[in-house]
Amino acid sequence: MNKLLNEIKSNRQECRVVECDVPIDVSIDMKYKGQTVPNIPNLSEISLLRHFTNLSRRNYALSTTFYPLGSCTMKYNPIVNEKIAKFEEFASLHPYQSEETIQGSLEVMYELERALCEISGMDYFTLQPAAGAHGEYAGLLIIAQYFKSKKEKRTKIIVPDSAHGTNPASAALAGFEIVSLKSDENGIISPANLKEVLTQDVACMMMTVPNTLGVFEKNIAEISKMIHENGSLLYYDGANLNAVMGIARPADIGFDVMHINLHKTFSTPHGGGGPGSGPVGVKSFLKDFLPMPLIIKENDEFKVSFNNKKQSIGKMKAFFGNFPVLLKACAYVKALGGVGLKEASTQAVLNANYVLSCLKNKVSIPAGNVCMHEFVLSSKGHLGEGIKTLDVAKRLLDYGYYAPTIYFPLIVEEAMMIEPTETESKQVLDEFIDVLSKIIDESKTNPEIVHNAPVNTFVSRLNEVEAARKPKLHW
Amino acid sequence: MNYIPINEQDKKEMLARIGVKNTEDLLSLQIPEVLRAKKLNITEGISEQELLLLFKNYAKKNKSNLVCFRGAGIYDHFIPSLVDEIIGRSEFSTAYTPYQAEASQGTLQAIFEYQSMICQLTGLDCANASMYDGATAVAEAVLLAVRTSKKNKVIISSAVNPEYISVVETYTKNLNIEIIKIEIDEKTGSVNQNLLQSKMADDIGAVVVQSPNFFGIVEDMQVLSEISKTKNALFVAIVNPVSLGLLKTPCEYGADIAVGEGQVFGNQMYLGGSTFGFLAVKKALEWKIPGRVVGQTIDKNGKRGFVLTLQSREQHIRREKATSNICTNAALNAFAGCVYMACLGSNGIKEIAETNISKARYAFNAIKKIDGFEPLFSNSLFFNEFVFKTTKNVKKIEKQLLKENILGPLNLVKINKKYKDCIMFAVTEKRTKQEIDKLTDILNRV
Repeated sequence: MNKLLNEIKSNRQECRVVECDVPIDVSIDMKYKGQTVPNIPNLSEISLLRHFTNLSRRNYALSTTFYPLGSCTMKYNPIVNEKIAKFEEFASLHPYQSEETIQGSLEVMYELERALCEISGMDYFTLQPAAGAHGEYAGLLIIAQYFKSKKEKRTKIIVPDSAHGTNPASAALAGFEIVSLKSDENGIISPANLKEVLTQDVACMMMTVPNTLGVFEKNIAEISKMIHENGSLLYYDGANLNAVMGIARPADIGFDVMHINLHKTFSTPHGGGGPGSGPVGVKSFLKDFLPMPLIIKENDEFKVSFNNKKQSIGKMKAFFGNFPVLLKACAYVKALGGVGLKEASTQAVLNANYVLSCLKNKVSIPAGNVCMHEFVLSSKGHLGEGIKTLDVAKRLLDYGYYAPTIYFPLIVEEAMMIEPTETESKQVLDEFIDVLSKIIDESKTNPEIVHNAPVNTFVSRLNEVEAARKPKLHW
Repeated sequence: MNYIPINEQDKKEMLARIGVKNTEDLLSLQIPEVLRAKKLNITEGISEQELLLLFKNYAKKNKSNLVCFRGAGIYDHFIPSLVDEIIGRSEFSTAYTPYQAEASQGTLQAIFEYQSMICQLTGLDCANASMYDGATAVAEAVLLAVRTSKKNKVIISSAVNPEYISVVETYTKNLNIEIIKIEIDEKTGSVNQNLLQSKMADDIGAVVVQSPNFFGIVEDMQVLSEISKTKNALFVAIVNPVSLGLLKTPCEYGADIAVGEGQVFGNQMYLGGSTFGFLAVKKALEWKIPGRVVGQTIDKNGKRGFVLTLQSREQHIRREKATSNICTNAALNAFAGCVYMACLGSNGIKEIAETNISKARYAFNAIKKIDGFEPLFSNSLFFNEFVFKTTKNVKKIEKQLLKENILGPLNLVKINKKYKDCIMFAVTEKRTKQEIDKLTDILNRV
């Protein structure tokens, strides 16, 4: 069974999801009237149910298997939060309802905003950005606006070579030039390298802490001093915040602006690629530049404020933000509490180090034998002839695991980035370690089986080159 | 609750394996003491039962489930039960972006089917996997048009949803792009064609028009498209997909790019997000579009399968030279749109469009008969939204309707000061005759 929707034959004539209980009145001038009928099949409900249910079975998901996807924090998405997000009292609200009719939702957003401030040390957050990259973009627009208000011409953003691709892409979109900064031999940023690129026209440096190698940037205090003495700002990419909740706060260690991926650290599901949410936090001197509107509390009432209209960067998207994601994140914070959040991060670090210590004799760990919540291994020199990291990843699928992030960060050859998260048991980790070790052995003893993987998935290895050469993008 | 399935014994063994005494030692190996955080000032964690009670209490503070006659970008449409059943399946909702194609065929095929239906609906050749919402889709369309035309001036109708215009302004302000807003014809509520013609010049890269526009008026897209083509500007159509069951498609009037808000297709309102934006283009723009795209291919054994494709446009490959910074988009919301379209089929899509316009006309005609209500725009075709100017007290109307559990029309003065005493009604297929009659009855009484 591998039919596309339009290949299913179960024609039904009428739809009638809603009755038209007024006279049908559709006469319109021919110049407005559509002439073509879309090729969208008219199928019975049961054939649709089967079609989509069968599709769902072709996915590996967090609910079906361990998902050690580095940099993505695939932690358990609490079921209770899904239940809360379905409450009609939240779902049925129109964005242009008056403030007094949406007090509960505004309070949830306010509570989340305050919690994110406490966790990060920042003074204010906007909840509007719809994803991590959208948050980066908002943060960089805030920085641009800040320098504009000071009438300082700063045109450059420093981005480490280990950064996520969204960092330079967001900086370009915000109108900046990108200066790439080389990591040192330990995979971190050295003050000496920074000094070479830190010119007077640098607006900001973007950093991920811990960085994409899973290493805490131990020179951060010195880096922060250099950046700020230069009149520049420091941006925190919160993709890896799951390593440091209750352990270190970005604002305390020198950052001025940051975003948080609620769909990573705050346990909201990824939805196969969204919706996400990327709230942006700033220190108070940047408050006026935040996007509109802000949720404020006045005499125990929650208000939608456009007070910063004069200096705000404007709107990042329509309305408030991705509300159900905010709601689930707020529920997560309330369930864990301050102590629980620290426990979560601490356990995430412990789990990652445990997996690392069990694998370190099988592969290379370029950044050293201790990590924060994730680590990057290099399989170079540890696999059988002709076998690549890609093959190992595909073979993992055969054993029922989703594969770790591969070939990222770009500074590690044959990279595999593993992030177990805190919500996996020791048994799950042990089994995964065994399987990965076994595949490394297989690559030498039975390379064909690794090279031909996967064979247990719905399709075998797909031809991506052909897909791009002759794009077929619809039926 | 902390959702951590590891007990003290496990912990001990793990620490021993790593070779540290406790987790504090593990952390101090990496983080200098001076950088460590103090105890977080966040209340203690609670049980699942307490959590449900807490959020039920927040929920009760909302006035919800109102009979909704408000639109302006987000609409109260009926959602077939199958939509929530399917998108609620955790195999879809808890999967990541489908980077490992072989283990993500469900999501990938779903996106492919979504892209196919958006192409069918708009008549265009290539749709991406989704944008965050309608507003950001419009902004990305503007950037795409500027990139393609290599001209940095863009004309946008001021009858485009103001939320969208704000986002376009945010997205373009640091990129040396000039946004030229053209006023509407206040009599008809639609784009002033003569004004557009007079503003057309060789350095205009794109013309952006919404239809039905912010005021609900259906624009003469054919003529506007032709005007923009006189100077080789790209024509960007912002459309309400529900209306496409009845109105001309972007392809039929020659649009180069079609974008819009997908909330109307299977997504609840949720205060305006999360929703999804769709973006479709003509074949020539295929390699320039932002965001993810799924393509069909074959596996090693010749079996059909799906992968993310045209990836060399994207940030994870191209970094600062990418066509957009977007990574996570609105996959699950777009999937809701996919299931919604599948539930309706081409017959249902036509049916829903016809029901919308019929019910809106029924309401319009009834309100027109009430003393003190005058349509703001004369003789214009509207789809499921329309504006009246009233001599009655707008605040009083809103208050009275709310008292009777109706979310009444939007007071347009909140959007633009020049529309004093103007109120905008949205009437979708979901509103029953009885609800509409009750609305008009109250409007009569106030």
